[in-house]
Amino acid sequence: MNFDDTPQEAEFRAKARAWIDANAPKQYEQELTKSGLGRISLKKADIVEVGKAWQKKKAEGGWSCLTWPKEYGGRGATPIEKVIWQQEEGVYGKLTQPFQIGEGMCGPTVMAYGSEDDKRKYLPKLASGENIWCQLFSEPAGGSDVAGLRTRAEKDGDDWIINGQKIWTSGAHYSDYGLLITRTDPNVPKHKGLTMFFLDMKSEGVEVKPIKQANGMQEFNEVFFTNVRIPDSQRLGNVGDGWNVSLTTLMNERMSIGARLATGFPEIFAFCNDLVTDNGPAIDDPAVRSKLASWAVKASGLKYTSYRSISALSKGERPGPENSIGKLVAGPMLQDIAAFAMDLEGAAGVFTDPAEAEAGGSFQAMLLGSPSMRIAGGTDEILRNIIAERVLGLPGDIRVDKDVPFNQIPTKGR
Amino acid sequence: MNFDFSDDQKQLRDQARRFLAEKSPPRAVRAVLEGKADYDRELWKGLAEMGFLGVAIPEEFGGTGAGYLELCVIAEELGRALAPVPFASTVYLAAEALLIAGSVEQKQKWLPKISSGEAIGTLALFEGTGNPSPKAIKIAASNGTLSGTKKPVADGAIADFAIVAARTGNSGREADISLFLVDLKAGGVTAKPLQNVDPSRQQAELAFDGAKAEPLGAAGEGWSILSRVLDRAAVLIAFEQVGGADRALEMGRDYALDRIAFGRPIGSFQAIKHILADMYVSATLARSNCYYGAWALSTDAGELAEAAAAARISATQAFQHCAKQNIQVHGGMGFTWEFDCHLYYRRSNALALALGSQSYWEDQLIDRMRQKNAA
Repeated sequence: MNFDDTPQEAEFRAKARAWIDANAPKQYEQELTKSGLGRISLKKADIVEVGKAWQKKKAEGGWSCLTWPKEYGGRGATPIEKVIWQQEEGVYGKLTQPFQIGEGMCGPTVMAYGSEDDKRKYLPKLASGENIWCQLFSEPAGGSDVAGLRTRAEKDGDDWIINGQKIWTSGAHYSDYGLLITRTDPNVPKHKGLTMFFLDMKSEGVEVKPIKQANGMQEFNEVFFTNVRIPDSQRLGNVGDGWNVSLTTLMNERMSIGARLATGFPEIFAFCNDLVTDNGPAIDDPAVRSKLASWAVKASGLKYTSYRSISALSKGERPGPENSIGKLVAGPMLQDIAAFAMDLEGAAGVFTDPAEAEAGGSFQAMLLGSPSMRIAGGTDEILRNIIAERVLGLPGDIRVDKDVPFNQIPTKGR
Repeated sequence: MNFDFSDDQKQLRDQARRFLAEKSPPRAVRAVLEGKADYDRELWKGLAEMGFLGVAIPEEFGGTGAGYLELCVIAEELGRALAPVPFASTVYLAAEALLIAGSVEQKQKWLPKISSGEAIGTLALFEGTGNPSPKAIKIAASNGTLSGTKKPVADGAIADFAIVAARTGNSGREADISLFLVDLKAGGVTAKPLQNVDPSRQQAELAFDGAKAEPLGAAGEGWSILSRVLDRAAVLIAFEQVGGADRALEMGRDYALDRIAFGRPIGSFQAIKHILADMYVSATLARSNCYYGAWALSTDAGELAEAAAAARISATQAFQHCAKQNIQVHGGMGFTWEFDCHLYYRRSNALALALGSQSYWEDQLIDRMRQKNAA
């Protein structure tokens, strides 16, 4: 048992470190280090433009989309090399946010189902950051129940005509392409009538509208489709096979091993260390200590859980299911920590103005933003279902809509 | 990175699991629980024959000297099987104290007997209500003898010798405390078993009345030795807790698959699934924290103090959580004497207090994290 690299891993790490040291945009290092949770921004530059420049440089140096084959813009690297790269990329990894959905979800789907021509045409530009991709899955009628989606695709000659609406699309406003799942047959049960496409986001009839969130920020979009035309050549997988295609996409979403989830623990520990209340230093209060200790072992538990997965990758094995707990632990923790910090601040905990609030208002921002952590990318409840069914082997829930033609499923309750 | 047990260690785990499945089934645990024996002598003998008692004891003192990672692996299996034997008292506490602070003569006298299963040892630290603290130790040593009472002492009434923490000064500091080795069969000690929440492992009172006591380690060093012993034992008991948590989770899962209500397996209801998923989460976090503790223990790393506290807290939470929720998943049957759920519930709550309570270890963890930050 040790934390050491193998000789090959050490060699790879040294190479990556040297390249990053010579090429990273160091003028943003400090700002990136300080930026906290959620979407990041830079004061004097457009984060997407800075990200694109970094992505391009990486692609030129052979450090983009590491596990992809070289002919599609990758490096042909192993999964453990990708983890090592992420560790070395450090804060500059925050610049890759606009490209993560493309690299982790859209790219692998195109790789699995696209034609050879399409792969050579689209993937290298995705890898180099020239094109940004988004994922158009969730809908107002289908969040956790993705297969309940209603966006229609109807055949018209060699084209398909798309009508409907997607929601919660990250980055749609700056994306060049989108991976789109549609309903092509409402007369069969819901999982069977779906078909996957990719499309140019500049196509006529595509309208992107930002969503104003509960915390006042705008990080996601609604995307409306009005008679949008997509050539049949941009279909991924067979007609009616969209559900299976989407599983490829979503499986890749869960492979985010080594990516550190924000838990809020370092922030609350530092805060309690410094805060002095009328009863003395907060850290000397047994109630505070008890909470901190409980959170500390969750944070360390997540860290060492990811080390276990990394170790499996290092041995060339598939990581076990243990990594599936990450977001389920981190999400509620952020929310609890924010509320606890504000409680320690007393009446002044209500302030959000960074000039007025303790810790620059970071816990207030965390409180208002954290509900999304428990919803986006699988709600806490869906994640528990996944652990129960796929890890523990419990039977699936009884699905009353499973064998019913989609157009006969009730849409309102009572 | 190789943050995992080796193939040999995993084989040892399989071997220990098979051995304990045969020698320590719930029937054997119940025999001790129901007072038919004070511990399972047959199992104890078997553990000695397998070489498990001396797995971390060097060969020169009769052990196999395999190491602490091997001991962690065995601890997990003992916890899983609820082994009704004085393993923790003898191996994690008494043997460790001897290895850290014993003279060559003391080691030569006791460690081979521990390895062979001939001697049971324990640590006599507590004096009634409260957590580990130099101030809580009232029993005083004078002229090589001890008088006073210790309780609870795990396995105190079946032990052959005890490491006793006693007062040798009155400055109000840690340096007041020294350790002594007392041969419990040599007279001057009365042992009385006390009823406790987990009768499958004994708790006792030891009353010393001028008992002969030889120093273990230097005078005034007692507290610092104890701290090291407790940290090491915290990691090992955490592995027992993780083993127990995993087994409780399995029991709940198996029952949820088997039990039909409202025309379907109860495991198909989300209310039950989510209970079991949360059990999996806590058991996984604990296991990962324990692995870090195992690494720190086996390499005697400077991080051991913090790692031990984290493993201890996380594993205590996980075992208590899983054992409690296992009963809930079982419903009414989980509250019967006949079902084994209560065996795990009892053990989880006894182990949670074995080295001082959860709040004590939470306090320790925060102190240690602050020290690290300050350094």
